[in-house]
Amino acid sequence: MNKFLHITFLSMLLFFSGANCAAKGVYQTPKAFVNKAFAGEAPEVKVLWLTKEDKTDIAEILQHKYNRMRIRYWQLSDETVWILDEIGKEKPITTGIHIKEKKIKHFKVLTFRESRGDEVRHNFYSQQFLNASLNKNNQLNQHVDGITGATMSVRATTKVARLALWLDAKVNP
Amino acid sequence: MIKKTLIASALLGLFASNAVIANEEPDALRKIIAEQQKVLKSLEKRLDETDQRLIATADQVEVVAEKKESVFANTSIGGYGELHYNNYKDSDAKVDFHRFVLFFGHEFSDSVRFFSEFELEHSIAGEGKSGEVELEQAYVEVDINETTSSKVGLFLIPVGIINETHEPPTFYGVERNGVEKNIIPATWWEAGAAFNYKPTGGLSIDGAATSGLSVGDDYKIRGGRQKVAKATAENLAYTGRIKYTAITGLELAATVQYQTDITQGKDGVETADAMLLEAHAIYQLNDFTVRALYARWDINGDEAAALGRDEQTGWYVEPSYAFNDKVGVFARYAEYDNNAGDSDSTTVESTSVGVNYYIHENVVLKADYENLGGSKDSDGFNLGFGYQF
Repeated sequence: MNKFLHITFLSMLLFFSGANCAAKGVYQTPKAFVNKAFAGEAPEVKVLWLTKEDKTDIAEILQHKYNRMRIRYWQLSDETVWILDEIGKEKPITTGIHIKEKKIKHFKVLTFRESRGDEVRHNFYSQQFLNASLNKNNQLNQHVDGITGATMSVRATTKVARLALWLDAKVNP
Repeated sequence: MIKKTLIASALLGLFASNAVIANEEPDALRKIIAEQQKVLKSLEKRLDETDQRLIATADQVEVVAEKKESVFANTSIGGYGELHYNNYKDSDAKVDFHRFVLFFGHEFSDSVRFFSEFELEHSIAGEGKSGEVELEQAYVEVDINETTSSKVGLFLIPVGIINETHEPPTFYGVERNGVEKNIIPATWWEAGAAFNYKPTGGLSIDGAATSGLSVGDDYKIRGGRQKVAKATAENLAYTGRIKYTAITGLELAATVQYQTDITQGKDGVETADAMLLEAHAIYQLNDFTVRALYARWDINGDEAAALGRDEQTGWYVEPSYAFNDKVGVFARYAEYDNNAGDSDSTTVESTSVGVNYYIHENVVLKADYENLGGSKDSDGFNLGFGYQF
């Protein structure tokens, strides 16, 4: 029993030594993502107001209701950038998606807040979305391999990729 | 857009009226134009004001919505459940709401969080009832830095495929496979402290010091789970796992666990320290997935050897194919033996085939057929439904 107490005490020390650390999981700010997408000359932010029909289509992609009235985005000619949140298992994952000519040019998880499934923030995963576009059924035209143990995060990031392409088609028909 | 249309309409009106009165006196014309310009400016001002009011209204609506959400913004609730129907040869068919589980989590700060899993098994618990109320997880986790986290409390042992991830939509088959159930033994939780270290993307190392098993006289591993209920903690267990997921679709993992004495110092028997080795691989290529797992216990002590339970082993391989988001099929061959240390034929051989049908990505209907051979002789089918949220 003494051993058990000893180990618990040591681990508590480890705990509190780390309790004041900086927030985990912010890999790039939305502003930095937008600036990089437009080579430092980001346009003014625009707002897309969503109709009832839009929300129905978005709910079909996300597989749950979408209650936002509008979505902010950045556009320059045929390029758009979207910063979207979607919950994986418990917490929203913030993703930046840069679309050019209706294909994903850049895809990056900007903030990951879940305790599991953070593999989706790595390039070996996100590079699968490059050049992806939407087919008639609002599905990606290329396969995205999953990550075992990160199923919910993979699902959430795949949904936002589809949503960003759908929104791009909306503002850039 | 509306603003531009109005201005364009007004301008058209302006040109049209100019044409009609082209022959009138210049002073009268100037007067009319000046009045129309005033109207235009007034319209533009009103449109700007309307735009600003609309944005302010939307801002306020979203702020109110966020405030409503913020009451529980740091607390999360989830859960899963599964209903099973089992029909096997030579035994009564049974229907059972096998698991009803609720998750409660709370984020104290960006780096400190609590997580719990509360379960009711077999619908009703109490004296003389089949069910159990169980606390399967209750721990606090702290992020030490971007690559390391630690946790203290009651948590699932990092071993196998389904021990940590077992929500019904995430696996094939109505019941959990016999190898992980009888050898590992899932679902398996203990109390203690653990850390997780991710030195690079897709590589994860876990370590844990926890309470240990306490087997009965039969030395069966599954019966040794104390479930952290006034559990004897004289002899601890130490677990290490390495997991590689840096290639999409691939998971390779191995766990080693050392139990200092799985009898917890029981009088009159020899100290039975034990070692669990487990390794598994999962590979997904487009719609095809294969899972394979091997697990083995080696237990010291004369008593375990006398029962043939000094060695307990199992393995399975499970290919599956998803036709689309709705339908997937699988086959599984498994062998496990809790008496692998003796020379008798005590291996259970299980062959299963089945289908998962997803009503929604988080709601699944399942059906499978299982043939049991080796030391068991039976066959039957299972039906079930499961959900997670």
